[in-house]
Amino acid sequence: MIQFSAYKMLQTADGELPLDVNFTIEKGKFIAVYGNSGAGKTTILRILGGLTAAEQVNIKVDDVTWDDAEKKLHLAVQKRSIGFVFQDFALFPNLTVRENLEFALSKGDSKEIVSELIDLMELQSLQDNKPERLSGGQKQRVALARAIVRRPKILLLDEPLSALDDAMRFKLQDYILKIHQKYELTTIMISHSIAEIFKLSDHVLVIDKGRITKEGTPENVFSEQKISSKFQLTGEIISIKKSDIVYVVQVSSGNTIVKVIATEEEVANYTIGQKVLVASKAFNPIIQILS
Amino acid sequence: MINLNPLWLTAKLALITTVILFVVAIPLSYWLAYSRFRFKAVIEALISLPLVLPPSVLGFYLLIAFSPENSFGKFLADYLDLRLVFTFQGLIIASILYSLPFMVNPILSGFKNLSPALQEASFTLGKSRLTTITKILLPNIRASLFTGIIMTFAHTLGEFGVVLMVGGSIPEETKVVSIAIYEEVEAMNYHNANVYAGILFVFSFVILLAVHLINNKSRKTTLY
Repeated sequence: MIQFSAYKMLQTADGELPLDVNFTIEKGKFIAVYGNSGAGKTTILRILGGLTAAEQVNIKVDDVTWDDAEKKLHLAVQKRSIGFVFQDFALFPNLTVRENLEFALSKGDSKEIVSELIDLMELQSLQDNKPERLSGGQKQRVALARAIVRRPKILLLDEPLSALDDAMRFKLQDYILKIHQKYELTTIMISHSIAEIFKLSDHVLVIDKGRITKEGTPENVFSEQKISSKFQLTGEIISIKKSDIVYVVQVSSGNTIVKVIATEEEVANYTIGQKVLVASKAFNPIIQILS
Repeated sequence: MINLNPLWLTAKLALITTVILFVVAIPLSYWLAYSRFRFKAVIEALISLPLVLPPSVLGFYLLIAFSPENSFGKFLADYLDLRLVFTFQGLIIASILYSLPFMVNPILSGFKNLSPALQEASFTLGKSRLTTITKILLPNIRASLFTGIIMTFAHTLGEFGVVLMVGGSIPEETKVVSIAIYEEVEAMNYHNANVYAGILFVFSFVILLAVHLINNKSRKTTLY
């Protein structure tokens, strides 16, 4: 069980932002941390990992105190049972894949775990390569494997999949799940993808401006806000054409073009090139001017 | 026959200075790169000072400081039996201060160019600071270390003002090549001056050529 409580003043682009977060996580759970950039998600992971100091902090893992600001207690990063996967992978460029994993071994440890992880993460053919020769997805697998070599209790993942394309993401999600289950980890992952959170996590913490604004199962957290509400996309009007008694407005968004019916009065407000929001509740799409 | 002693003395001075600076500059640069000490900028400015200060100014202050007439020099002489004015030891100390930025700056920028996550990743894998520095950080800034070594060595070869102030020109003790050239010119021995100057010129060029060849090569192999 992880009991986490921290207060820290964050310096952000918009000035100071107090991070004030409390939560408890049961052993073996998969937790997702969701929220806007700059809300303090990474800082939470870093405080838990002992990489960032906080003004007020109290962390207990399985009844062992890792941090207690009042008693001036701080367990060194090296002594915390964590595996940390960094956003930029942080693989050691001077070492091969296998050496990156072996680096994590302590003196006298058997190298078996390294071979086991290389097999599990399907890195056999890459094990003698240096990191610079790997693709993003391959690097991520190495980083994940390396974080597990010490058999930590807690795995911390800082947006591990954000730099990858969809196909690679899906595959890596399976690797993460496999590792989480096989090594009986308590995993905390920062993610921006709701689909990913649904697939992987048991519990979500939604962070906004330094506070937990919502928590619960993914179904509970996202259902009202994201699922049954309207679908919406933003785009640009590329053409307005009259067709019988109505107008057809074409909106381009990403690489799709949406046709929306509009009345003459509505069309009077639209111009080509305008940025708009197309939203739909049940059947009727409506266009909303953005700027 | 030309006296080769100044050449030998110069090489010895450059070698000793480089070795000492290498050992000193690694922890110093590491500290500058990773600490959040508030007055770090002051230290960095002090280290870079020899880049802009006329060598004679630095030499002058060192001469004053080392002089047994003053408290620091007297302390050295009385308690450590160390005389730094017009001695080879004095030259070494002066060279170390004078060449400090040439060793520290490349190593410092090497450290700063590494992702901070490398060190943190090593810590999360249970490794101490010392292991992290020797096994991860230093091997990844090899080119910077090499540049620091070569630049320091080359720069020490070319010292003149500081050496003249602190060391004077005592044969076999403080008379390095640059001073020897100056004296040969003053005595109108253009031939000897020419030999010294030519050796220094070729040697400096070869050293710098090596730096650039190696840097270009390492760039090709480390960055795709």
